[in-house]
Amino acid sequence: VSFIPGGLDCSISFVSHVLGKVCVHGRQKEILGVLVPHLTDLTKSDCIWQRICWRLVECVPDRWMEAVVLGFVQGAPRADVLSRLLGNLVVKNKKAQFVVTQKMLLLQYGHTTAVLQNLLGYLSLDSLRRTLLLRVLQELLETWSSSSAVKHSPAEQQLYISKAILICLSHLKEPEIESCRQELLTSMMEGVKCHLDSSLPQLRRLGMVVAESISLKINTEGPVLKFEYEEDDETRELKSLLVQSPSFCAVPSLPDDNRSEKADAALPLVPESNEKLHTAAPVMPDEELDAELDSDDDLTPYDMSEDKELKIKAPVYIRDCIEVLTGSRSEDMDKWEATVKALESLVRKNPAATREVSVELAKILLHLEEKTCIEGFVELRQRAQVAVLTTDPIPVAKYLTSQFYSLNYSLRQRMDILDVLVLAAQELSCPKFHGKTNHSGAQKPCIQLLPGSDSSKDWRRIVDERIKNKTRRFDMGRSRVELASRPNEFNSVAGHFFFPLIQHFDRPLTTFDLLGEDHLVLGRLVHTLAVLMYLAVNTVAVTAMGKALLEFVWALRFHTDSYVRQGLLSCVSSLLLSVPTERILADMTEELLEAQSWLGDVMEKDPDGDCRRLALQNLLLMENLKKKLEAVPS
Amino acid sequence: MALPPPDPQFVLRGTGAAVHTLRFSCGGPEPDIPLLFSGSENGFIHVWNLKTHRVDTALDGHGRKSVYCVETMGGKDRLLSQGRDQRICLWDLAEGRTSVTDSVFTEHVGFCRCSLLKVAQGRWLMAMAARSLEEVQILELPSKTSVCTLKPEVGAKLGMPMCLKLWQLNCDSQPVLLAGYEDGSVVLWNVSMGKPLSQLICHQEPVMSLDFDAEKAKGISGSSEKVLSIWSLNEQQNLQVCKTHRLVNAGISDITIRPDKKILATAGWDHRIRIFGWKKLKPLAVLDYHTATVHCVSFSDHSNPRERLLAAGSKDQRISVWSIYAQT
Repeated sequence: VSFIPGGLDCSISFVSHVLGKVCVHGRQKEILGVLVPHLTDLTKSDCIWQRICWRLVECVPDRWMEAVVLGFVQGAPRADVLSRLLGNLVVKNKKAQFVVTQKMLLLQYGHTTAVLQNLLGYLSLDSLRRTLLLRVLQELLETWSSSSAVKHSPAEQQLYISKAILICLSHLKEPEIESCRQELLTSMMEGVKCHLDSSLPQLRRLGMVVAESISLKINTEGPVLKFEYEEDDETRELKSLLVQSPSFCAVPSLPDDNRSEKADAALPLVPESNEKLHTAAPVMPDEELDAELDSDDDLTPYDMSEDKELKIKAPVYIRDCIEVLTGSRSEDMDKWEATVKALESLVRKNPAATREVSVELAKILLHLEEKTCIEGFVELRQRAQVAVLTTDPIPVAKYLTSQFYSLNYSLRQRMDILDVLVLAAQELSCPKFHGKTNHSGAQKPCIQLLPGSDSSKDWRRIVDERIKNKTRRFDMGRSRVELASRPNEFNSVAGHFFFPLIQHFDRPLTTFDLLGEDHLVLGRLVHTLAVLMYLAVNTVAVTAMGKALLEFVWALRFHTDSYVRQGLLSCVSSLLLSVPTERILADMTEELLEAQSWLGDVMEKDPDGDCRRLALQNLLLMENLKKKLEAVPS
Repeated sequence: MALPPPDPQFVLRGTGAAVHTLRFSCGGPEPDIPLLFSGSENGFIHVWNLKTHRVDTALDGHGRKSVYCVETMGGKDRLLSQGRDQRICLWDLAEGRTSVTDSVFTEHVGFCRCSLLKVAQGRWLMAMAARSLEEVQILELPSKTSVCTLKPEVGAKLGMPMCLKLWQLNCDSQPVLLAGYEDGSVVLWNVSMGKPLSQLICHQEPVMSLDFDAEKAKGISGSSEKVLSIWSLNEQQNLQVCKTHRLVNAGISDITIRPDKKILATAGWDHRIRIFGWKKLKPLAVLDYHTATVHCVSFSDHSNPRERLLAAGSKDQRISVWSIYAQT
């Protein structure tokens, strides 16, 4: 290429053919790796070279166009370079247009953010191509706001589309935004609804970030949409995409660096309310002191040692607590607050007294609403509930599980019941958790239980730990402090926690339909059952629990919500880990064989990455079981 | 070794409801009886005889709605009271009468006490919170003509006015109003022009009460938080914070400076009355008698300094009367 004679009309179609053939055979990187830098330099200022380059790509036959275009988009360092190299190819050539506007954006999702930036930047740089940019944005938004896409497409694809949308938005100019303002608004409203409906926190966050960005773009003055969510690297990266850095800078630095600098300055700012100045405003120096005779010296102060902070005493007896919490007198707010704060420790210190009134206390706590503004009210209430449940497990568990399926509770309350059951089960089954409910730092691998249940992440670690624990060690000495052993309190009550929860899941009530709309609660229920199963290791009821759980999983295995499916797979893992091997093989062989084929299916075809991983782990566990059996001489 | 704080000189019982406001009238020469007026939550204004420690008269003029402000208008024969029935009543109490001579319908549903200032013989200016949320209206009494309405600028977001104080440096100068608002700021208003002169943010919480010493151009404000704020007015009519004092317990319902400007008293939500020296805000005493929030404190206007008293009214339905630092 470097020796094409200048000044003569020559046909470069031969070169195009060669280029096309090489690219289609998969050698894009090699050839374009050499070609693109050369062309970049040559076309920087020379128009003739630009036209040559455009002719080059235009002449590539259609059947190889896709590979060539893909290669160029991936190989070009920046959007303006791509623009110089490809020219208006996308406008002139149908195949190129299809590849750029449809295939790379909607059908594939493996490209990096830099590639997206190049592509969309390329589309925005020429007025002819900008119409394409708008069309692309519309199609992206259609996909983003379609509820079936949100439910069924993998999370990575949704992230890719969101990034593409944000980059498009960053390229749009005011008049263009004006013209499609209405459509942007409608898509945003629909899209945000689908995203918030999803059970996966990552998808919800994606939806929130994109909606905020769209709102920012279409409402430049006036209040913008602002959601509350935890910022993390992903959201920060997404937000940084909204701001474009000038791509014509002389220093060929990576687009990413520029973007991150600008991002700090330009993060969407909500119009803030007036900031209150702190009371300690500039203090005027007290000048009158020394000059005048201080007649204050005549006044001798009285003894003020009794002046202390006013402390409201919390009640010391459980029944007094009940009275305060149910009392309707609105004046005693201080006492109510003090009671709520002191309740957990009182319950734990007086187990006998608590057992007398346990169900009543559980009822009060379940319905307790925040009357004044206490810090950490939700946690205080939960800890008190856990304390009551662990002090008197059977009646309180009976009460709570029955209330889970009763009318007129909010979703939040039902999920609270599940959380409390799990926390209490954990406390009862672990010897180390003597009255403390801290999850981290324990020697046994712990499962994070509160919202955003990521139990799936810990399973690998749990499996490893279990394997480690079961291998015999020789000559290791006392490397760990022995844990004080206690009888497993969960043994007698595991069934009471587990079976009532699994009983009525298919009976819809007027306000609560687990198999219908309330699939979020179903997901939480399934995860809870998985945890309870896991904690029931070494209990007497574990086999019965295992069988019931397997039936339950079998009935729900094709559920459409991926959060529920993850939970079901965790259930199977817990089952395989907790139920002793002999019992599995004696009682559950046929079901497990069926399960094996189901798991294989999930592993290959399920759209959700986490589900596939969990299915794989389950299959591995089953393999381990088989091997162990074969190893033990029967 | 500091002495333990003194006990109240006497305690007045019998109001039957929480006491919200107090006003002494002891300035008259003998044989006038020193009186204490108290307004309670049951709508009654009690006239206490300080010699017999009994109620002489009970005035019922607010339809059993709480009376939260009582002011004397030059002597014990004319009284002004403000209640939760949205009315301000003017009473004629001379020669044993107990009649309401006039009333002003304020349409104010809050708790902001009005402030009176005598501008000429028989003429007063009264500042009161008006119907509209952020406004303060100045009326002339007894004619009840409106002098001006003080409206904060749009978007100022001050909230309701919580406490007012009208004052003038001397008889010839312009009257000015200090108003404490719900957002924690104190605004100095020029009454004749109806414009704010200065605004200072003193607290993070609403200003519950304020008092001002016109001679030293220094004022103090208390709020629902744990801080007392002392601020001053310089020659350019600007407010500046001088210092702040941190309290042990949060919440101040009332502050008042003694007429001789030597000490001040605060009524606290922690049931205690605190006495400070005004010069440097040196804590002098903590009077712990009441068993519920103290709503109001008031110093007497005795002409003989030795007889000066301090009264405090509380939610526990009692009025404690103290004689403290009377010797100076």
